[in-house]
Amino acid sequence: MSAPSHPELKAPAGSAGLLALSIISALVAIVAAGLSQDPIFRFQVEIFALGAIVAAFALNAGLASGSLREDPDRYSDNVIKAGVIATMFWCLAGLAAGTLIAAQLSWPRIFYFPELGFLNFGRLRPLHTSAVIFAFGGNALIATSFWVVQRTCKAKLAGGIAPWFVFWGYQLFIVLAATGYLAGATQSKEYAEPEWLTDIWLTIVWVAYLLVFLGTIWKRKEPHIYVANWFYLAFIVTVALLHLVNNAAVPVSPLSHKSYGVFAGVQDALVQWWYGHNAVGFFLTAGFLAMMYYFVPKRVERPVYSYRLSIVHFWALIFIYIWAGPHHLHYTALPQWAQTLGMTFSIMLWMPSWGGMINGLMTLSGAWDKLRTDPVVRMMVVSIAFYGMSTFEGPVMSIRAVNALSHYTDWTIGHVHSGALGWVGFISFGAIYCMVPWLWKKAGMYSNKLIEWHFWIATTGILLYIAAMWVSGIMATASLKPSRPSMSRTSSARSAA
Amino acid sequence: MSGLSYETVASFSQQAGLIYFGLIFLAGVVYALWPSKKAEFQNAARMPLDDEELT
Repeated sequence: MSAPSHPELKAPAGSAGLLALSIISALVAIVAAGLSQDPIFRFQVEIFALGAIVAAFALNAGLASGSLREDPDRYSDNVIKAGVIATMFWCLAGLAAGTLIAAQLSWPRIFYFPELGFLNFGRLRPLHTSAVIFAFGGNALIATSFWVVQRTCKAKLAGGIAPWFVFWGYQLFIVLAATGYLAGATQSKEYAEPEWLTDIWLTIVWVAYLLVFLGTIWKRKEPHIYVANWFYLAFIVTVALLHLVNNAAVPVSPLSHKSYGVFAGVQDALVQWWYGHNAVGFFLTAGFLAMMYYFVPKRVERPVYSYRLSIVHFWALIFIYIWAGPHHLHYTALPQWAQTLGMTFSIMLWMPSWGGMINGLMTLSGAWDKLRTDPVVRMMVVSIAFYGMSTFEGPVMSIRAVNALSHYTDWTIGHVHSGALGWVGFISFGAIYCMVPWLWKKAGMYSNKLIEWHFWIATTGILLYIAAMWVSGIMATASLKPSRPSMSRTSSARSAA
Repeated sequence: MSGLSYETVASFSQQAGLIYFGLIFLAGVVYALWPSKKAEFQNAARMPLDDEELT
């Protein structure tokens, strides 16, 4: 088993077991595809089987050639390198899908393809949102969390081959979800579109991710668990919980792609937006705040401005966010008090959000000159500014009267993009620009000038985008006003009462 | 059903929620400001800065 030239290197624990599991799952999937009468089920299961077969061949080759072997005294950085590449790949895919659906809205005569039904707006739109949030954002979160947890715990990733299983399993989830949307497999729940088979697969991958993360913290050499790891852990645990509850469903048959949710009516809507808003709060906020709390101090070489504030930030954020979901259901069958509860908690979120923003920005104290000289620092600072801006705008939009103006208009889309591109995108690119030279042992990025261009083009683009969407949203509300008399009457009657 | 009306449940959950949230927040602030934790937190604020390679 041992290679004579590297006696200390060995294949990660569990590699052979995973190889066996890949072969068994491929066989089960092929049999299921053969038995099923449902073409979409067969298509999905065949992609899964293909993934399992490729995994089996890759593991076998890796074990035979010894390329899977790792030095037990070094951090597991190869899986992070793969994560960085996957992040950039899915970023391109997600942004391209977004550009295409924007073109479909603007020029439907050119970009509506009647002969290619799977490319219509309804199928591409969830492809775009899932690609940018879960594929781009998710890979950035997994890769940076693996970097941060190892460095701040002074421990190599736990679980042997498990981190690689998490990485490739997550890519398979993305491919299953994306091809499923194009084929028409959807639960029609925003950000939770994948059907039951894909949901089960994500559950397995996510539990493995949680165990790798917890295992690494468990064997840490540092007694204190750094605040970024708290944020990552809140993100992983909460997303697991949200995913399980919101996707509780009964398949039509074990060989059908289609399932029906266990909740119905307004309860279903409430569970969906409890999930949906916490996808924002824990996937798109807590996880990326973990990035902020590690990469900003690291890059500017200053300690966190106030570690005490970061603790209050953490506990206040996670306890308040979980209640904010009902603000997505103003003027619906959801009881008024539940709508008001969601709105109140959204407004309370100003405090931890701005506390966190101030903590991130003030970490630069004593190093403000880096804002001028280092475009990566500027990118991260502008990302924190966008965090502050969009977490100010969000609570405003959650107020029932404002929501009557903003909901179902482009204003919402603009708000989402100021958060996703401004905050999530920029903090991720900041982290990637930090990590790439560290991972590949280079003195710096290829070109600082290109980072400058990236920064200015993206910043200008995001500002134009959100300003245009404000105008477009308000115009849409203004033009719809005559057809919405009941809504404006209800809100004024209630506020008068 | 008489003892457990909507009003009873609502007023209990509103008051209990207020107290529970207030206590959680207070616990978080007390933990963050605990005097003997000061040195630990000051060191923790520098944790990203001194992480080189393993061993």
